[in-house]
Amino acid sequence: MLRSSQPLTGPNRRRCREDEMLLGTILDEGERGFIIDTRSAQAAKQARMTGGGTEPKSSYPQWRRLHRPLERGRPLQESFAKLVEACSDPSLSMDRWLGRLESSRWLSHVKAALSTACLAAQCMDREDAKVLVHGAEGTDTTLLVTALAQVILDPSCRTLAGFQGLLEREWIQAGHPFHLRCAHSAYSHARLKQEAPLFLLFLDCVWQLSRQFPFSLEFGEQLLLSLFDNAYASSYGTFLCNNEKERSLCKVKESTHSLWAWLNQPEEQQKLLNPLYSHNALVIWPSVEPQSIQLWQGLFLRWIRPSQYLDEAWAEIQRLVEEN
Amino acid sequence: LCHFFIQVENVRLLDRLSSRKAVLGTLYLTATHVIFVENGSETRKETWVLHSQISSIEKQATTATGCPLLIRCKNFQVIQLVIPQERDCHDVYISLIRLARPVKYEELYCFSFNPKLDKEEREQGWKLVDLNEEYNRMGVPNNYWQICDVNRDYGVCDSYPTEVYVPKSATAHIIVGSSKFRSRRRFPALSYYCKDNNASICRSSQPLSGFSARCLEDEQMLQAIRKANPGSDFIYVVDTRPKLNAMANRAAGKGYENEDNYSNIKFQFIGIENIHVMRNSLQKMLEVCELKSPSMSDFLWGLENSGWLKHIKAIMDAGIFIAKAVAEEGVSVLVHCSDGWDRTAQVCSVASLLLDPYYRTMKGFMVLIEKDWVSFGHKFNHRYGNLDGDPKEISPVIDQFIECVWQLMEQFPCAFEFNERFLIHIQHHVYSCQFGNFLCNSQKERRELKIQERTYSLWAHLWKNRADYLNPLYRSDHSKHQGTLHPQIAPCNFLYKFWSGMYNRFEKGLHPRQSVTDYLMAVKEETQQLEEELEVLGERLANLQKSQLGDNKVKSKQQDRSKQLRLSTSNNSLANTPQEYSNDLKSFPSRSPSQGDEEDSALILTQDNLKSSDPDLSANSDQESGVEDLSCRSPSGGGCLPSEDSGKDSDEAVFLAG
Repeated sequence: MLRSSQPLTGPNRRRCREDEMLLGTILDEGERGFIIDTRSAQAAKQARMTGGGTEPKSSYPQWRRLHRPLERGRPLQESFAKLVEACSDPSLSMDRWLGRLESSRWLSHVKAALSTACLAAQCMDREDAKVLVHGAEGTDTTLLVTALAQVILDPSCRTLAGFQGLLEREWIQAGHPFHLRCAHSAYSHARLKQEAPLFLLFLDCVWQLSRQFPFSLEFGEQLLLSLFDNAYASSYGTFLCNNEKERSLCKVKESTHSLWAWLNQPEEQQKLLNPLYSHNALVIWPSVEPQSIQLWQGLFLRWIRPSQYLDEAWAEIQRLVEEN
Repeated sequence: LCHFFIQVENVRLLDRLSSRKAVLGTLYLTATHVIFVENGSETRKETWVLHSQISSIEKQATTATGCPLLIRCKNFQVIQLVIPQERDCHDVYISLIRLARPVKYEELYCFSFNPKLDKEEREQGWKLVDLNEEYNRMGVPNNYWQICDVNRDYGVCDSYPTEVYVPKSATAHIIVGSSKFRSRRRFPALSYYCKDNNASICRSSQPLSGFSARCLEDEQMLQAIRKANPGSDFIYVVDTRPKLNAMANRAAGKGYENEDNYSNIKFQFIGIENIHVMRNSLQKMLEVCELKSPSMSDFLWGLENSGWLKHIKAIMDAGIFIAKAVAEEGVSVLVHCSDGWDRTAQVCSVASLLLDPYYRTMKGFMVLIEKDWVSFGHKFNHRYGNLDGDPKEISPVIDQFIECVWQLMEQFPCAFEFNERFLIHIQHHVYSCQFGNFLCNSQKERRELKIQERTYSLWAHLWKNRADYLNPLYRSDHSKHQGTLHPQIAPCNFLYKFWSGMYNRFEKGLHPRQSVTDYLMAVKEETQQLEEELEVLGERLANLQKSQLGDNKVKSKQQDRSKQLRLSTSNNSLANTPQEYSNDLKSFPSRSPSQGDEEDSALILTQDNLKSSDPDLSANSDQESGVEDLSCRSPSGGGCLPSEDSGKDSDEAVFLAG
């Protein structure tokens, strides 16, 4: 699986021999590859007007392009804000609540992200084909898809250590602009242009996987919540800045502590582990039917509903497994 | 041996989610079941459906591949068959119509069902739930409440049981007088007594008050209820209907209690809609469930449009109100709706469940249903269509109650002794007519038909298999759960989830493949076994020299066992294959179909062009993403979820061997 940003085809249908060669060498003779473009076909076409575009079939004959539009940017932030608003409104009747849940479209975005990641995984696992994923910049929906696909495909990404490695690779080092994306979160009135909860969407999708495959992830909901918290505001330097270059310039590694170092301490790690975990060597294919995708109560209702009974249940599960 | 009326070969059973997946097999119709047996493979998977479960049969337009027949069941199973010959399809259709609509009780499965128990075992089964014991457990009869036998020959109210509890100060004269002023003669009677504070929940039907009628005895009855609770100087009267409906009833000579006429009552409407609204609500929700590849929006919009969760919440809110009145205010409550056998039953049983931890045990739950539903004359026959009857009487009343319990279980995972499967199986049997508990419309009718002598009790069956129904997280000693449960009232719409375990019960692809409940139960059992073993060995160690060897044997046994543990609990794990992820394009408005060769079509990755769809049967059967093991755990059919349908009773299974 490869990722990139969009090719700079532009309005004059520019070509780049090196790019074509690069993608050509990846595939064997007669082998077929898939390009998953996270923009709609229309948006991708329009991108040409501003210098971007898509890979024309004639120049990349072995690659088959699939468009799976995923929401990003301002609309995604709006979606997030609407959902949080709906959750905090005590005056809503059941009908209004479901209506607001639907119109926030957050769960639709979760479904779309999971479906696209599954598609990428399917291409690789079932079709034995190579996959190239890109959107426009290659820093948002691209990473969402590649990271999620790896959780689905690779059991090592489902271990605590493996998941941390995945985050480092596919989000942090890959250059997801955390500083811009995770600025003010949902309650802020200021709608910053660059703010968008892609990382949260990723965590939500991982949570959906943990719900559908309760035995297959080595970590539990606590880790996901902790990551969410730290992406927005953290005592650690892990999610600072927008890319490795900035981190280097700011001397992040020299002047801050790593979140992973904290989380991996034995006492902390204990809280994060999933007592039901048992190594699952297979690919986990989630159901993306609407009934299978649920509101992540642990995050969205975190401060609204009492968690004591669920905490108690979790503690009981831990106890049962430990006693054994 | 079993005889079948019809046998049709080369029938295809379609999979709802993946319309390309079809299984070829033979269809059989027997006196009690529809059976589909898959061809070929050694497994020969069978699907059994009881006729009594069939809700509707739809013959669809004949296509090139055959005649489609859609069978919808009351337990939400939907079976889509394609029968090659039109004439066969017609025969099956006509037969099923007749078989699914029995006219006489004797046609029902419970009268031929034979679990091979002797007469005494059958009797014992019926005695498992004893309402007299239950009232005693509550603390009655006592200084305030007495048993009343004025209805001993059903002479006062034929839908009530022979024995009910009434306040000490309610004489026979008052009771009879009050019954004449109540719809269907359903006078106020005790549903639940709280011995901690003497507050009670009583139930009745609506008073025949019209616009201005009064009845001294009925007013005295309510006073008697108030007097039975010295801790409070008033009672709540809760009418579970919407105010408008109740007011409309006045024009028909019925209505509700006027606070001016009844001294010391506080009247309250809690609007729960009627059986027709609920029937339509469920219908709409099931339509959403039948959508092929719905988008998230389609689904949520459909769910909202059905109003189903709104109704569930309304019932729950009513139960919460009553529980609060009893537990926190120490005030007695009289609950009624129109006839006092639908919404009243729902609301009283939810309130009892919240108030009393006993009802959250398995036995207690059975008792609760016997008390508030069976003994108080909930019209099982009319509501669930045991016999062919008026379709307007059909309504998912007990289904809603069962769902309220599930919603509570989701909010309070440690508070219930039983698990989701218990609820699902109970719902299944409300419609299955395999046991005699939920037949007829009243105790009187059941006694006339001699149900207990001619059928078996569901409770005994469930009790026998109770290991399958336990909640591993249940801790009876948790002080938090000893008292009243306090669900949030508001804001909490978001706490209500769509119960896909019930409404998509048979769509395996939708559910987590491995059950956490089953796994934890197995862990618990194993821990217990190991602890017992440890004790025994500990003793032996103190005595014998050979114990060294014994220890080593135990260690290796342990390892094997935990490996077995994972293996055995995944016997029900399902083939985890990729869905058709690529069909999902209609939710993106930006996609235009004319993109031609630049954009790939939705059909790129279908089951057809996937090289290998299902993993090899023999590999990795202990993993979540693993393989379907089609053998049911317990042959009696109590083990795995689908078995209540496809489970065969031992005597039935024989004939298919040929």
